[in-house]
Amino acid sequence: MIEAKNLTKKFGKQLVFQNVNFKINDGEFISLVGPNGSGKTTLVKIIMGMEKKTDGELIMDKKQTFGYVPQFRNIDIDYPLDIESFVRLNLKFTMSPKKRAENNELIKQILEKTRLTHLRKRPLGLASGGEKQKAYLAQALLNDPQILILDESTASLDVEVKMQLMDLVKELNEKYNLTVIFITHDYDLTKKYTHRALFFENNTIKPISVDEISEAMFE
Amino acid sequence: MFGYEFMREAFIASTFIAITAGLVGVFVVSRNMSFLSHTLSEIGFAGASFGILIGISPLAGMIIFTMVSSIAVGSLSSESSRREASISAISSLFIGLGILFLSLSSESSSYATNILFGSIVGISSKEVHQLMILALVVIFVFIIFYKPLAFDSFDHIGARSAGLPTRMLSIAFLVTLALSVSIGAQIVGSLLVFILLTLPGATAKYLVHSVPKLIMVSVGLSLAGVWLGLYLAFITNWPVTFFISSFEVIAYFLGLTYKNWKLNH
Repeated sequence: MIEAKNLTKKFGKQLVFQNVNFKINDGEFISLVGPNGSGKTTLVKIIMGMEKKTDGELIMDKKQTFGYVPQFRNIDIDYPLDIESFVRLNLKFTMSPKKRAENNELIKQILEKTRLTHLRKRPLGLASGGEKQKAYLAQALLNDPQILILDESTASLDVEVKMQLMDLVKELNEKYNLTVIFITHDYDLTKKYTHRALFFENNTIKPISVDEISEAMFE
Repeated sequence: MFGYEFMREAFIASTFIAITAGLVGVFVVSRNMSFLSHTLSEIGFAGASFGILIGISPLAGMIIFTMVSSIAVGSLSSESSRREASISAISSLFIGLGILFLSLSSESSSYATNILFGSIVGISSKEVHQLMILALVVIFVFIIFYKPLAFDSFDHIGARSAGLPTRMLSIAFLVTLALSVSIGAQIVGSLLVFILLTLPGATAKYLVHSVPKLIMVSVGLSLAGVWLGLYLAFITNWPVTFFISSFEVIAYFLGLTYKNWKLNH
């Protein structure tokens, strides 16, 4: 669980959000919605410990682990690694044969979970947009994080591929009680997949239910 | 051929250089630092002539210059676009400085040719030992940082979001790159050291698709190049660098052709 109490963030004198209060429960699939520059990515970075809060409290288990799927990556057509090797980058180094066997098993499982087993030898640079996103997802999920953060990960995909990816995330969310924080500008996906949303506007963050989500929030 | 001591020394030295350069080269290519490694070799040239000028060994001068400048580049700019611009500025300055230092010192211009284009036969067994130690240092650093460095080099954004200390890794990498440039320049010369630091790594990219395999192929191509180069230089009396660069360039274009062929089949 993550709980914010009177959380405030400023960059120098510029206010991002002030005195916000919200809770994200374990196993919840929650969207962060609101205009560009309203502080969605900043909040996520504070939660992951990559950015410092200015004031207030953020209560959560210190041992909480995160998987983060960023919006952009520079993967061009000559990118050398295949999908399996790309996912492997996130493995911990080990010399012990026992740990190596465990690592191999981990890779096998994550590739199955994300339906990438048959594509594992494909160079990532030659993979389609949806396959790339699945590989990013697999890498982020490798160390079995409790919280998965998707930062506009579906933005560049076409509708059908978006749905496939979200179906997969939803399945992992339900099966493994994985908490999902989904930063998005997509009204339909938010309505269809998430339990709740945090709405960012005018330096505040307001928790809202799915029914309260309106198309106007995405303009 | 191995009856001559200088050829034995040359083979040992170049084997170590090829292993280091092939290893480091994989990361140079994946971090898009080919241009920087070229500049570092020019800075190395200035460092070597500075060493001669003040009376320390050219290798020491090279190491000092390349280390200081690589740390400066690493801490000044992690954004690659800004790095390119600052690198080209630094590059021209150092070529000028190198020429100035050489003209101020009393060494003849043949020495400049040695630094720039390499001198395989002039290498002493003391220098061979120095090279071996430096090469082992580089390899050791790579073994220690292998996992995080591979993550950061092949997926910088992923490494950052996984919480790796990417700036520290970048500086550690630049320092080992500086060392490798200094080592490699002893054989192939400072102007062409970047051949070994970039081409085998770039060729490997077209052939194999995992980090350990990239390293193996890159080291293999690098070793094949220097061994073949030394052998051909011995029997023809032509410069080693010519053979090494020709081999690596041919391998590169064959690799590229193979990749294109595979894409269409």
